[in-house]
Amino acid sequence: MSTPETLDSAGVTVERQQLEPEQELLTINMGPHHPATHGVLRVIVELEGEVVRDLKPVVGYGHTGIEKSSEDKSYWKVIPFVERMDYLAYFFNMEAFCGAVERLLELEIPDRAKYLRVIHLELNRIHSHLVWLGTSALDLGAISMFWYCFRERDRVLDLFEMSTGQRMHTRYFQVGGVIEDIPPGFGAKLREFVEEMPTRVDQYQALLDRNEIFLHRTRNVGIVSRERLLELGVTGPLLRAAGEPWDMRKTVGTLAYPDLDFRIPVGTVGDGYDRYRVRLAEVRESVEIIRQALEGLPEGPHIADDRKVVLPPRSELPTSMEALIHHFKLVTEGYRVPPGEVYYAVEGPRGELGCYVLADGSAKPARVHVRDPSFVNLQMLRDMCIGGLLADLIQNLAMLDPILGGVDR
Amino acid sequence: MPDAPGLELIRQDCNAAHPGAVLDTSFDHDQAALLADPKQILDVLRWLHDTPGQEYRFLSSLHVADYLPAEPRFGVHYELLNMPRVERIRVKAMLAGPEATSNGDAAGAGNPAAPGSGAEEAAGLSGLPGIDSCVELFPTAEFHEREAYDFFGIVFRGHPDLRRILLPEDYVGWPLRRDFPVGGEPVLFTRDEPDSPGWYE
Amino acid sequence: MEVERRKIRALSPLDQPSSPDELLARQLRARDMLRGDLEGADLDRYVEERVMTTTLERALNMARANSLFPMTFGLACCAIEMMSMVTSRYDIARFGAEAFRASPRQADMIILSGRVSIKMAPVIRRVYDQMLEPKWAIAMGACSSSGGMFANYAVVQGADKFMPIDVHVPGCPPRPEALLHGFNKLQRLVQENPDPGWRRRYDAIGTEEWARGGPDSRPNPEAAEAYEKARELADA
Repeated sequence: MSTPETLDSAGVTVERQQLEPEQELLTINMGPHHPATHGVLRVIVELEGEVVRDLKPVVGYGHTGIEKSSEDKSYWKVIPFVERMDYLAYFFNMEAFCGAVERLLELEIPDRAKYLRVIHLELNRIHSHLVWLGTSALDLGAISMFWYCFRERDRVLDLFEMSTGQRMHTRYFQVGGVIEDIPPGFGAKLREFVEEMPTRVDQYQALLDRNEIFLHRTRNVGIVSRERLLELGVTGPLLRAAGEPWDMRKTVGTLAYPDLDFRIPVGTVGDGYDRYRVRLAEVRESVEIIRQALEGLPEGPHIADDRKVVLPPRSELPTSMEALIHHFKLVTEGYRVPPGEVYYAVEGPRGELGCYVLADGSAKPARVHVRDPSFVNLQMLRDMCIGGLLADLIQNLAMLDPILGGVDR
Repeated sequence: MPDAPGLELIRQDCNAAHPGAVLDTSFDHDQAALLADPKQILDVLRWLHDTPGQEYRFLSSLHVADYLPAEPRFGVHYELLNMPRVERIRVKAMLAGPEATSNGDAAGAGNPAAPGSGAEEAAGLSGLPGIDSCVELFPTAEFHEREAYDFFGIVFRGHPDLRRILLPEDYVGWPLRRDFPVGGEPVLFTRDEPDSPGWYE
Repeated sequence: MEVERRKIRALSPLDQPSSPDELLARQLRARDMLRGDLEGADLDRYVEERVMTTTLERALNMARANSLFPMTFGLACCAIEMMSMVTSRYDIARFGAEAFRASPRQADMIILSGRVSIKMAPVIRRVYDQMLEPKWAIAMGACSSSGGMFANYAVVQGADKFMPIDVHVPGCPPRPEALLHGFNKLQRLVQENPDPGWRRRYDAIGTEEWARGGPDSRPNPEAAEAYEKARELADA
């Protein structure tokens, strides 16, 4: 199986050991129920001794048929479905879908909604990276990181609960803006969090940055060249850790991102340690973005004033017949979207999260496809692991950070 | 994003290199799309990938949409991206549905699938719409094409490992086609017990 | 830094020594009893104050309920909330279930945290079958309880379709508090040991697999018969 040609075509530059003819390869099966695969991923590994010679990820154990169910629901009911794909990046899923539908409707969202979306997206990015850091460090044996990261994660979820009413899967973004303005007191609580979070990141770095075990496990492990990553379609922190400063918040600049000042952390080598450092630096940058967005939060409506798409405010329902008719029509049938197709991508915590929506003129989408970064990034696992040790497979998987709900959809 | 006139230029240049490769262009919602001949899809993709001045080197996504009442029915979409210029372009190839290909009168549609590697595979895949695989050009397409095969039953000729990816390997049917039912079954709750006592037996 | 220590739970007035002298007196009395000097009514009162009588079975169930080992088994979104149930804010260690086990052979309880796809269902069933009796299952969230919002071709409409579930926790995903509540319900179920009824429902009488191994680990027709008799007696 593991001929030298396979290794060359994978582009891996590792020292190859000469395979004796009588040496046997051992095929083992990891998962789908395995504590270190971060979900229901199954990996079939071919080992020579302890060295990984070939590897095949088998996915689909969490396949939920969300894309099919979305075709059966009206547009505003699809939002909760797409949310549950990548369950650590639910705001990003919503943003990708709502953004695509807004482009189909050619609906401009108000400035305040843009800022509120940015605040929630960046909080979600922090949340996602915290869960990643906690579970990955747990896989490498650093259990205290798990407690610390989940402590801060609960702070983020408290904020979500305050503004949206739910911890996870909030359905906060609406086509046309956000569903509700932030409650009074949210700003103060968010500011408190923003002040505190950088000190917490300092704590994580104090624990891990120069930790001997962590350095040994992550440095110079799982290196894949930048060119190969681009060929494989890898985006997000994994690509940036290899030195490519591709971040769609900067390059495409949707929502309020062009108004905000932030930097893009970039790695040099592209090993596990770089991936860790890039993600932690991203948390710091996200905190900065939230701080600026909170300061620059404009006054005004939080949702577009288009009665054909957006629910009328509750207060108008008892007095205005027209509002009642719109409300009834929107809730029973939903709004119709003119025929067309749009691919809209946002920079999720794991890379390019794109949503393709095909509208056929009815109140239900004809096709919803989400290009999930975990699904695409998982293809690089093979390049990361071949030639390395089996123990490094766990580390590589942890630093790859696939979310199996997003892979399987 | 190339604008509408730029898109026309791309079409002319590409047709000069590969006659008849680009059938149509469309530009709406600020997104550019080329409609390519499915038989020459690899030529178009390679031209966009290699030609100086185009250099769309990054395949963001490959997905299929089912435009059911229309014929040809399946649209294979390639979302290409030029990273330095931050330009996206969509290449679309339309494939006829299984009914049309089995009749053999599909105008502008891809050929039926070529026989696969295994004998039983060839038996299972004949009659499905087919298109050339672009895995050699864009290695990232491997999972995308397997997913498209899994959901729509579109055969990518030349794909190294075309198997179902998300559904069980023994699954029958192509669930994301528009004529496939959504599925699901009624769930009985404890409150149904008075109506249908002993339903669990 | 000065550490202030407070009693977590006040002792009952009987147990509460009101002064150091009384504590000393009690200690002396305990020593008397150990020597055999305490007799008659004094001894009765002493024993009544300190001893709880119960059956061995109940004591066993109490021990079981307070040290349930869950299995590390995450399916989807709910798994993240299940993980946060272990962390310091919710701290399932208060109920003795913080020891998550990766192997089904060591686990007492499986939490189905997330949607069950048709591809995953056989795997879950196999993992569940590998767990040793006594075993319990919690279906966490709407998806594993009833399929939830995903009524489509890919999702099993409720894990009850292929394995017995003891507790269903609603929510999408349930808050960790909700899962803790469900877990407490399960603890009560274990302690009071009622028959959940699923063995009959699934025709699973006599299929218990016990840790002892040997002939007992095979399906036991006599046990099934005895069980049926006991059920009939209980029903009558």
